[in-house]
Amino acid sequence: MIRVLVAKPGLDGHDRGAKVIARALRDAGMEVVYTGLHQTPEQVVDAALSEDVDVLALSILSGAHPTLVPRIMELVKEHHMDDVLVLLGGIIPEDDVDAMLHLGVAKVFGPGTDTNDIIAFIRDRVEVV
Amino acid sequence: MKDWDEIAQGILKGQKRAIARGLTWIEQGRNDGKQLAQKLFAHAGHAQVIGITGSPGVGKSTLVNALTLTLRSQGFKVGILAVDPSSPFTGGAILGDRIRMQDSVMDAGVYMRSFASRGHLGGLSRATFGALTILDAAGFDKILIETVGAGQSEVEIMQLAHTTMVVLAPGMGDDIQAIKAGILEIGQVFVVNKADRDGADHTVRSIRSMLALAPEHPAWMPPILKTVAEDGRGMEELTEALEHHWQHLTDKGLLDRFRWNQTEHLIEQAVADVGEHLIRRARAGPEWSHWVTEVGEGSRDAEHVAEELWRQELQEE
Ligand code: B12
Ligand SMILES: Nc1nc2c(ncn2[C@@H]2O[C@H](COP(=O)(O)OP(=O)(O)OP(=O)(O)O)[C@@H](O)[C@H]2O)c(=O)[nH]1
Ligand SMILES: [Mg+2]
Repeated sequence: MIRVLVAKPGLDGHDRGAKVIARALRDAGMEVVYTGLHQTPEQVVDAALSEDVDVLALSILSGAHPTLVPRIMELVKEHHMDDVLVLLGGIIPEDDVDAMLHLGVAKVFGPGTDTNDIIAFIRDRVEVV
Repeated sequence: MKDWDEIAQGILKGQKRAIARGLTWIEQGRNDGKQLAQKLFAHAGHAQVIGITGSPGVGKSTLVNALTLTLRSQGFKVGILAVDPSSPFTGGAILGDRIRMQDSVMDAGVYMRSFASRGHLGGLSRATFGALTILDAAGFDKILIETVGAGQSEVEIMQLAHTTMVVLAPGMGDDIQAIKAGILEIGQVFVVNKADRDGADHTVRSIRSMLALAPEHPAWMPPILKTVAEDGRGMEELTEALEHHWQHLTDKGLLDRFRWNQTEHLIEQAVADVGEHLIRRARAGPEWSHWVTEVGEGSRDAEHVAEELWRQELQEE
């Protein structure tokens, strides 16, 4: 069973995308922990750690990813959560994508992404026990 | 973290990551998960396990959050398990109880984990028993389990929780239905949450009159409390009631009986695992199809097969 945390870090109130992702992953047979809006990076990582998720799915549309994602990835490394697959989606300008990948994000998904592609990507990357 | 001994040590030190991984192993039904729960069982047995049940939306998660904040201020360490239903069609689930618990879970003295019911009836998940052992061994003083608010099938929680709290809210006709359907017998503490709304006193009265129908003089008379989980009103009284019940169980020697029953359950579980292991090996072995044929023809007893399997197992050891 694949466990996913869908998180909305920062002050971003756009939650439609996060909910679309959560439902799509549930319908694909995954267990999705949703923590709601306005999470600090510390809260996001604490939840991912406590819930022992395979995937950390971050949805950011506010433009704050250049500050939020480095902090989150720093905490992920601090807690030795190297086995967690980190995905990022929302409004991430093309120019920022490489920097996000460099931080350890596995892939960035922008507007109009087919949820089937996300599901396929996760299934491909996560070993199912 | 791969090695179960390392995880066991981490759990005994109360480390979140070790606890989290141990719970995953248990949930996956892995052998090292079972081993972990068995080894840690002797370290468990000091926590008060509190079940929280009630219809969807009455405010169970919000109440867990408020209760946790109050218990923390009283110096208790709090473990939380929240169970949500899995989809019967896809097996997937959205686990949303954590949304309401954000104020309390960041604390180092709190650990919270969401579980999907994974098709298990009774409002709980199959992993709950083992999960309780882990949290207890990790040193949590109070363990709160929020169950799927199914209404009728939560009797199972009685076997796992020392104290079961039934949560209701004003103006929900089906709650009274739930009381009638047997939730009454399982509650040691009744909570009318959302007491900021009209009709709370009416709900309290209905519960009281239902409780009055109880056949004889019970040793424990369940208190009925009003709370507003959203702003924490009523939490001091609630923690007092829970403490009272804990004291009652201790005084009456019921706690020891509870522990005894749980230990029996652990042994039963271990014996069942041996049986499962034997049959799994037998099925994969070369003699299986002969045995099935012979038992079918009547030239061999099923009992002989069981004895033979057991003999082979012993020889190997
Ligand atoms: C709807 C909307 C709103 C609604 C939000 C309703 C809600 N509850 O979600 C409302 C009206 C409230 C709103 C408000 C604002 N908005 Co607005 N909003 C939009 C809009 C038009 C669509 C967003 C949306 O819901 N799309 C539908 C969902 C399903 O798509 P999605 O979120 O992109 O998700 C998909 C993918 O991105 C991906 N995905 C998303 N997350 C994740 C996560 C993972 C892990 C994965 C794998 C994939 C993934 O998969 C999804 C499915 O394909 C966008 C513009 C746009 N075209 O994107 C602006 C937009 C996001 N908003 C914007 C702004 C500026 C605002 C406001 C600040 C406006 C203001 N000045 O008041 C406020 C801020 C609100 C707040 N508190 O944060 C800007 C952001 C600019 C930026 N980042 O630099 C945008 C881009 C508009 C623009 N072009 O300027 N907004
Ligand atoms: N007015 C009022 N609303 C409350 C109170 N407690 C909780 N709520 C609201 O009731 C709704 C449901 O709360 P939850 O805590 O999610 O309820 P739940 O019983 O855990 O729900 P499920 O897990 O879905 O069964 C939320 O919108 C809460 O904000 C309260 O004391 N008063
Ligand atoms: Mg809940």
